[in-house]
Amino acid sequence: MKNVTLKVNGVSVTVPEGTRILDAAIKAGFKVPTLCYMKDLCNESSCRVCVVELKNNRKLMTACSTVVAEGMEVLTNTPKVRASRKITLELMLSNHHKDCLSCVRSGNCELQTLSKEYGCEANKYEGEMNSYDVDDVTEYLVRDNNKCILCRRCVAACNKVQTVGVIDAGNRGFATRIASPFDKTLKDVPCVACGQCINVCPTGALREKDSISEVEKLLADTSKTVIVGTAPAVRAALGEEFGYPIGTDVEGKMVAALKALGFDKVFDVNMTADMTIMEEGTEFLSRLNDPNATLPMITSCSPGWVRFIEYNYPDQLEHLSSCKSPQQMFGAIMKTYYAKKLGIDPKDMAVVTVMPCIAKKFEITRDDQSAAGVPDIDASITTRELARMIRNYGIDFKALDPKAQFDDPIGIGSSAGLLFGATGGVMEAALRTIAEVATGEKLENVDFKAVRGTKGIKEATVTLNGKTINIAVASGLANARKIMDEIKAGKSKYHFIEIMCCPGGCVNGGGQPIVDSETRNLIDVRSARAKVIYRKDKNSALRKCHENPVVKTLYSEFFGEPNSHKAHEILHTTYVKRNRF
Amino acid sequence: MKTLQQLQEIRDKLKATIEERKEGAAITPGMPRMYVLVCGGTGCTSGNSKIIYENFKKQLEEKGLADEVKIILTGCFGLCSKGPIAVVYPDGSFYTHVKPEDVAEIVEQHIVGGTPVERLLHAEKDIHGQLKSINDTDFYRSQRRVVLRNCGVIDPENIDEYLATDGYKAYEKAVTTMTQQQVIDEIKKSGLRGRGGAGFSTGMKWQFTHDAPGDVKYVACNADEGDPGAFMDRSLLEGDPHAVIEAMMIAGYAVGAEHGVVYVRAEYPIAVHRLEVAIKQAREYGILGNNVMGLGKKFDMELRLGAGAFVCGEETALLNSAEGKRGEPRQRPPFPAVKGLFGKPTLINNVETYGNITQIILNGADWFASVGTEKSKGTKVFALGGKLENVGLVEIPMGTPLRTIIEDIGGGCPGGKKFKAAQTGGPSGGCIPASLIDTPIDYDNLMAIGSMMGSGGLIVMDEDNCMVDIAKFFLEFTVDESCGKCTPCRIGNKRLLEMLDKVTKGEATLEDLDKMEELCYYIKDNSLCGLGQTAPNPVLSTLRYFRDEYEAHCQGKCPAGVCKALVSYKIDKDKCIGCGKCARGCPVAAIEKTDYVAPNHKLASYEILPSKCIKCGACAGQCPVKAISK
Repeated sequence: MKNVTLKVNGVSVTVPEGTRILDAAIKAGFKVPTLCYMKDLCNESSCRVCVVELKNNRKLMTACSTVVAEGMEVLTNTPKVRASRKITLELMLSNHHKDCLSCVRSGNCELQTLSKEYGCEANKYEGEMNSYDVDDVTEYLVRDNNKCILCRRCVAACNKVQTVGVIDAGNRGFATRIASPFDKTLKDVPCVACGQCINVCPTGALREKDSISEVEKLLADTSKTVIVGTAPAVRAALGEEFGYPIGTDVEGKMVAALKALGFDKVFDVNMTADMTIMEEGTEFLSRLNDPNATLPMITSCSPGWVRFIEYNYPDQLEHLSSCKSPQQMFGAIMKTYYAKKLGIDPKDMAVVTVMPCIAKKFEITRDDQSAAGVPDIDASITTRELARMIRNYGIDFKALDPKAQFDDPIGIGSSAGLLFGATGGVMEAALRTIAEVATGEKLENVDFKAVRGTKGIKEATVTLNGKTINIAVASGLANARKIMDEIKAGKSKYHFIEIMCCPGGCVNGGGQPIVDSETRNLIDVRSARAKVIYRKDKNSALRKCHENPVVKTLYSEFFGEPNSHKAHEILHTTYVKRNRF
Repeated sequence: MKTLQQLQEIRDKLKATIEERKEGAAITPGMPRMYVLVCGGTGCTSGNSKIIYENFKKQLEEKGLADEVKIILTGCFGLCSKGPIAVVYPDGSFYTHVKPEDVAEIVEQHIVGGTPVERLLHAEKDIHGQLKSINDTDFYRSQRRVVLRNCGVIDPENIDEYLATDGYKAYEKAVTTMTQQQVIDEIKKSGLRGRGGAGFSTGMKWQFTHDAPGDVKYVACNADEGDPGAFMDRSLLEGDPHAVIEAMMIAGYAVGAEHGVVYVRAEYPIAVHRLEVAIKQAREYGILGNNVMGLGKKFDMELRLGAGAFVCGEETALLNSAEGKRGEPRQRPPFPAVKGLFGKPTLINNVETYGNITQIILNGADWFASVGTEKSKGTKVFALGGKLENVGLVEIPMGTPLRTIIEDIGGGCPGGKKFKAAQTGGPSGGCIPASLIDTPIDYDNLMAIGSMMGSGGLIVMDEDNCMVDIAKFFLEFTVDESCGKCTPCRIGNKRLLEMLDKVTKGEATLEDLDKMEELCYYIKDNSLCGLGQTAPNPVLSTLRYFRDEYEAHCQGKCPAGVCKALVSYKIDKDKCIGCGKCARGCPVAAIEKTDYVAPNHKLASYEILPSKCIKCGACAGQCPVKAISK
């Protein structure tokens, strides 16, 4: 590809043809603010804060959309540019519900940051403000249009990335707002609860439904044994909330923090990820050997994905593995096996999970998720909520013990279970186990690199007992849709498919710390967080699910064998056909 | 499917009947001796012109005159304020305000008897006291009809009549005698500029679309005319749909497109119907289809109906809407010529622009360029509205002074009121003050004085109009029609309107005016599309030419007495004769009798209670002695 040389504020810079001014400016060392633009997601040119001047051109151009040309002289800092940006921000503020003192996004709000950088007068333009009801009827998400600046990033995430398409701009002019068809609430549209919209929202217009108070109530209840389990991806991102660089492993500090918060037991959901592999792997092998069974089999650990298939492919539910997700298996095992072991009534036990996900808040309310007659999980909080609790409790995160350990006896999880946090991880963990179980031979090379990485759809072929198995891994629902359309058309060549709702898998889940657009211009958040997981796996002594001693104990003491009757009762679930409308 | 020869035969056969629709035309033997043209445009249709047409038809048949007198439902004549209109040729009698029940009299007295019905004729006399024929009237005399040449002349629902005006000859000429580049060069040479608003060179647009790489290209027609009071495009589509179709075919040949799309608003049912009829007839004749006129080219077209959002007249919003998406503009570049409909190179021209194409091809670029000014060639159609005697549609050579349009064609302000300003370019344009009435109208002159050509709306204000109120009216429109996508337009224009509102209420300070001006320039520079970029023009131009009125408002006065908050009605107690008409006419019972009896009067005077008064002005209209003033 040809290169183009241009000047940004007098600094000469050479970039590939087709590059946009924004990226050329970054390369030249200048920040250009953006609010609607987000790399690889949204390029609507609607907010107008990225305007720049071109020499000898009276017009202001948007840096996010204008392609560079040879010899172009870009000026990103002229008085006209800065004055324009300031007015744009002040206009936004004039129709923005400015409860910044207590807003959940205060401190990492892109509008707030820019307003401060540009020295905006919050009330320079006074006038009518829109007033909207807050949509908080779902279990997982709160939409407050009073804080929305109509950047449309959420629309792009919902429509383009996830092909869920339950929100778009409605009405027009000053009355424009992000809405669902016919102004329905998110509960009445086929929203899958992925929360990708939250992660890209520059302000506090979208956030998770807060479950902190429920957790606090459980912790304060002395009659209850409160157990917490953490998902694989949480430790790979929680540190960001406390100023650690993206891609820092804070597992020990996370465990220490949970203990400091007062949980009676701190366990690792990696362990039930291992159990998931035992159950799912066995299910797959039996489907593979049964000529009448439905193939391909698709993983079921991602509740957003499960909701997506229930809404969009209700006639294809047979493809889903019947396994509960690791979160639900965790609760189920706690309230059956572990409650018995402790000698307490499951009613006196509360199980809380920390998840990178907001769909988990919905998942805990699903039917057929109550192995002990009480809900498997009592409350699920996101990585962000955990960070808020830690701050609220006055815990100095940086000073916490980086080597704190999960509690015995259930705290042990294999690093194969940990892989669940990144796209391809379930598949890789499953292959490590299936290969050994099916062949009976020890697997020397456990790295299945073909399924790693952030590519939307990955394919690989493995041979089991001379039989060729085609596998696929997809993350992001637009990719899932491609896979499903193939299956529906009867053209799928795969036997086993891993699908994760969020692009890049759980490390990029809807409950993870929010990364602003400026940072995203420089870092691929998904792979930076996934590196934590792969690094830990590489250094782990326990890299196969079926070798986890806890797993072995659970089968020998309680379940008998994978896919046993008891295992089915406790660790498996059912799905529902949902109507889109 | 007709061959080229068959098409020519139709032309030759019918040519005479078109020629005869002219004042004093000689009648060819075997052809009708008289033509009655009834306007079938939207305005006259709403005045029952369809029934008038049916009545003519019925009565002519009853009298056995159906063969010797031809009755035709045409497109718009232009002088809409005098509709419904019927014109009789060859004498050129110009009937206005015709009612269905008048038809019998016209048939009896004029068509049978040979004497025009004077009471129904347009009441404009020449220096000899004779009633003028249509083409001599002030309204038509200064016009030059190129685009509207067939409007009010032919039957738009009959393709044969269009053929008889050398219809589809331009396409034949282009394809058989010119290369694609020659066609584009001819358009460039003509100097034709886009008639939709911005005035970009049409030839360049064609060139860009031609040069853009791509196997599939589209030709689009922007018929989403949205300026309040503007109906140039509607009239052309209603009066001469085939001219637009033929121009799109020529454009398709020139840029390499085989598919045309007309984006037309659903509020134009007559235009839509006539386009549909025209497309159907063109297909039947093989003029549209896989082998156009047997010349080996492919071209077909379809309509896309818009739901009436003003912003969809912006070309990228139009594309989105035509694709079935929300009608919102896209950031340019890329321009539609490179990435347009469904991402393919697309040529988008306005209806009126297309209206010029066949004439340029047939008569040559030099012929076209001989009319107009140095940088604005040809004619321009304007929709005259507001405070004028003659409102309607006119086509004038570029460079015609505003004075000619207002005083000669428009007949000046009614009631002898003083002309104050004219707004061109609709809500995107600006006000031209009376001091600039001699400005020759062309793209660059209008731009220089802070207005713009726009699509051709021209609204006239007289001394009774408050210029702040006018600016507010236009801005209210754009605020309402903003798509809401970009911040400057969505919030900026809203705040600007709120500031204007403050001015009209007398609550603004002189500093507020400066703040307003700053915001105007900000919105112009920062908005995503043309709608936002031009929305502040009415405010800026009135601030420029009528700042004194703004300042007066800041001091609590509305000089024109329009802004209600700044107006109060008073009864002169010494003039009041105590008749009580005002009190009876007051809708809110805000007028009461007092104890005061003026000297020489018998009855006690009345007074207005300011706390109750809604300033409707009904009382002032009732007072027989003009004792009530603002």
